[in-house]
Amino acid sequence: MTHPTSLQHEIHDTPEETEQLARTWHSPRGFPGWFTQVNQRMIGRRFIITGFIFFLLAGVLGLLIRTQLAGPEQQFLDPGLYNQFFTMHGTVMMFFFAIPVMEGFAIYVVPLMVGTRDMAFPRLNAFGYYIYLIGGIVLFGSLLVGRAPDAGWFNYVPLAGKEYSPGYGVDIWTTMITFIEVSALTAAVELIVTILRLRAPGMALNRMPPFVWAALVMSFMIVFAMPAVIVSSTLLILDRLVDTQFFLVESGGQPLLWQHLFWYFGHPEVYIILVPALGMISTIIITFTGRPIFGYTALVLSVVSIGFVSFGLWVHHMFTTGLPQLGMSFFTAASVTIAIPSGVQIFCWIASLWGAKIRFATPMLWVLGFFAIFVIGGLTGVMIASIPFDTQVHDTFFLVAHFHYVLIGGAVFPLIGALYYWWPKFTGRLMSEKGGKWSFWLAFIGFNVTFFPMHQLGLEGMPRRVYTYTAEMGWGDLNLLSTLGSFVLAAGFVVTLINAIWSLYRGQPAGANPWNAPTLEWAADSPPPAYNYRHIPVVESRWPLWDWQRRGERRVVTGLSNQRREIVITSILDADPVGVQVLPHPTIWPFIAAVAASSGFIGLIFHPIFFVMGFFLVFCALVGWFWPRRPWKEAI
Amino acid sequence: MHSRKSSWLPVVAGLPLISLLSACSGVQSSLDPAGAAAELIADLWWPMLLVASLVTVLVLVLLLMAIFRAFRHRSARPLSRRQSRNLVIAGGIILPLTVTIPFALSSFSIGRTLYAPPPDNALTIEVIGKRWWWEIHYLDQSGNRIATTANELHVPVGEPIKLLLKSDNVIHSFWVPNIQGKTDMMPGQVNVTSLVADEPGVYRGQCAEYCGAQHALMAFLFVAEPQEAFDAWLEQQAQPAVAPDTAQAVHGREVFFDSGCASCHTVRGTRAAGDEGPDLTHLAGRRTLAAATVPNRIGHLGGWITDPQHIKPESLMPPTEMSPDDLQSLLRYLGGLE
Repeated sequence: MTHPTSLQHEIHDTPEETEQLARTWHSPRGFPGWFTQVNQRMIGRRFIITGFIFFLLAGVLGLLIRTQLAGPEQQFLDPGLYNQFFTMHGTVMMFFFAIPVMEGFAIYVVPLMVGTRDMAFPRLNAFGYYIYLIGGIVLFGSLLVGRAPDAGWFNYVPLAGKEYSPGYGVDIWTTMITFIEVSALTAAVELIVTILRLRAPGMALNRMPPFVWAALVMSFMIVFAMPAVIVSSTLLILDRLVDTQFFLVESGGQPLLWQHLFWYFGHPEVYIILVPALGMISTIIITFTGRPIFGYTALVLSVVSIGFVSFGLWVHHMFTTGLPQLGMSFFTAASVTIAIPSGVQIFCWIASLWGAKIRFATPMLWVLGFFAIFVIGGLTGVMIASIPFDTQVHDTFFLVAHFHYVLIGGAVFPLIGALYYWWPKFTGRLMSEKGGKWSFWLAFIGFNVTFFPMHQLGLEGMPRRVYTYTAEMGWGDLNLLSTLGSFVLAAGFVVTLINAIWSLYRGQPAGANPWNAPTLEWAADSPPPAYNYRHIPVVESRWPLWDWQRRGERRVVTGLSNQRREIVITSILDADPVGVQVLPHPTIWPFIAAVAASSGFIGLIFHPIFFVMGFFLVFCALVGWFWPRRPWKEAI
Repeated sequence: MHSRKSSWLPVVAGLPLISLLSACSGVQSSLDPAGAAAELIADLWWPMLLVASLVTVLVLVLLLMAIFRAFRHRSARPLSRRQSRNLVIAGGIILPLTVTIPFALSSFSIGRTLYAPPPDNALTIEVIGKRWWWEIHYLDQSGNRIATTANELHVPVGEPIKLLLKSDNVIHSFWVPNIQGKTDMMPGQVNVTSLVADEPGVYRGQCAEYCGAQHALMAFLFVAEPQEAFDAWLEQQAQPAVAPDTAQAVHGREVFFDSGCASCHTVRGTRAAGDEGPDLTHLAGRRTLAAATVPNRIGHLGGWITDPQHIKPESLMPPTEMSPDDLQSLLRYLGGLE
């Protein structure tokens, strides 16, 4: 199958043809649209908005935790509530904010960046979102009725077993975690196929934007890491529900098994969050220095090698469990190895910034903030790779400081930068620069005031996950400082929230490419039409938009039908066009399948029979979903 | 971390930084070592802090130089390909290797010293993590329990001690920062560790693995004392409880049995042989109550008996109602358990 390409100025689209294309890709609006939309940008937007709502809620929990710890022996929260709050703070931030919001950005941006009209499996995409939403609502609902899980986000057995955690809290945790993992897997599969097979003709692997590489690595990591936690939480569900005794010591079960399985997932998890952020940083640096990044190949290889090495580190979460020393020392060595790809990236970025005409717009500020924070977090990470040192700071506030430096500095700062960067593409309007700068400085100062003192608290012996401490311990002053900082940090994020809402009405209209960025998403209108591109672009280098500006012309694919949802399939390595795929229309089946699966999983908390019921309902929903159709004959 | 000393930073980081360098005198601080292991780890920490600070300063200075170029001359000159490549190789490969290889080697070498097995004749102590307190047994050479106490671990200074760390419920973690790092207490396995206390003193240890509602108030005292004092203490701990010497104390013992205390607590030498709660045979000799939560004074003891949930919410100790006279007698009895 061949696809003719032409120069865009040689094509004469009639308004009727464009209108037909818009009708074909139209996404239903209003109430029916809530349940039937499948277009990638709609799903991506939902993931991002829902993710940030969970960020807000879990952030409020963080402030409540900090308020309780502001002084010794405070009575603001009782231990039961405090333990629910810190469990929920960790669980929601890791599972319901960080991963979904990164996936959301990837779902929204990647198809635009690779120049296609949708994801490879739009209905699966929608299904993943509904699963995520239902899981999040049930989990947070459990907090509202005071039955939230309280065994920590790591949910160690035997504490999370039936004997020590009776009640529904831990059941809700295990089932909802399984849920969110399913959602993450669907997004990962989508992204892998979209990135490998739907790239615009000519976008060979070595021309892919760094963010697309990062999304690809993230997706492969999800595929290999998530099954471990699905297995472990399923074993725990079975232990609690039908007494299978995988983790019950008295019957030969093994609590360490949980820790291995959990951290085999849990360590890659933090890199799953970090890797897309690294892609965002490269993207922003390219645009705001206005020139190609130095060391494209080195950056890509670094991200790939971080992806690989991150699967060999998990035992460094278990240095105090009494495992043999020799075995554990391999994990020390593997852990410090991460310093090399991280260092290569940081110095590639410094080399790219050196001597460039940098525009200090808000996205760039958040990236520069990343450097200051992430370097410190990375170095404390090297420190705790040492087994002897780790035995002193493990499970103390030193660790709390370390991973907030890595996760907020490494992931949230670039994420907010990326939000400012892509906001004009999402909405067609720019956020206020002034608001962006206020937000950044408040967050940057607030962050350091909150988390820097925690290093010292940990060294002075303050363990994590304590709801109070006695006055004699002398931890009060630093805790008060940290609490004050946390409110400044929160104020910084609130400024961005207000800025975002304000810009929807008053923001300056952005135009297609307000930052003069080189990647394809900026070739589409802001916000892009339902079909993304009137004509699928043809790519001839890593920086297509800068090429087009220089040459004053661009090549596009012609010949796709405007009667059906057609996209171009290309080959994996060189992105040569090899075929056309017809995508499905909006449909309610993903929603029905998600509700059916949820009813089974949620019912499982109360009685095993609901699993059978859910299984049957999902079967029916899938029959509807996969009912034979002949899309190549369809026309609307 | 000293890197954060540019003009605006004292406001942000100055306070913790200053106290980081000065406030090194806690009874639960890894920066104030009083044991061989903690000493070695602290000796690893300070050079690590120095090197990490230097690396942070280096990276941030390079970043600032890159940025300020953009401000200073508008026609800034980018690095050549070759210069960029050398920068990345030096900063991204050579720098991490020169920092991490010596660091990993010194860490391994300290680990070899720390985790060397204790001598066979070392004093052996069995510590069992409970919800939310510590049960402590002293063992003789053949492994029999010779004395039992709770929440207060006495050791002779300068002698190697072998610890058998256990749990029969959830996971806890044994940690005395001034003496050495933590080791988890895992149900179903015995973690053996050794320690040496170098300086006499009273230090505080705290559970370091989240273990449920009262993880926060699960602490104990670590008393390092000269060998003679320790021997005397241990000999006294091995004795059964002293008999009450006044009529009020005798009545107090009756209250103890009648109020159900004996179903959870042991007082050796009496018929009280419960094993849910701490052994009370020598309660009056301990410095603290409720796992190092409150000092062992008569008022706190009375409060702990009548309303433990106020001092330690969700504690497994139930409240006990009794008349003021009975309470006074009970306190007199318990206060006599030297």
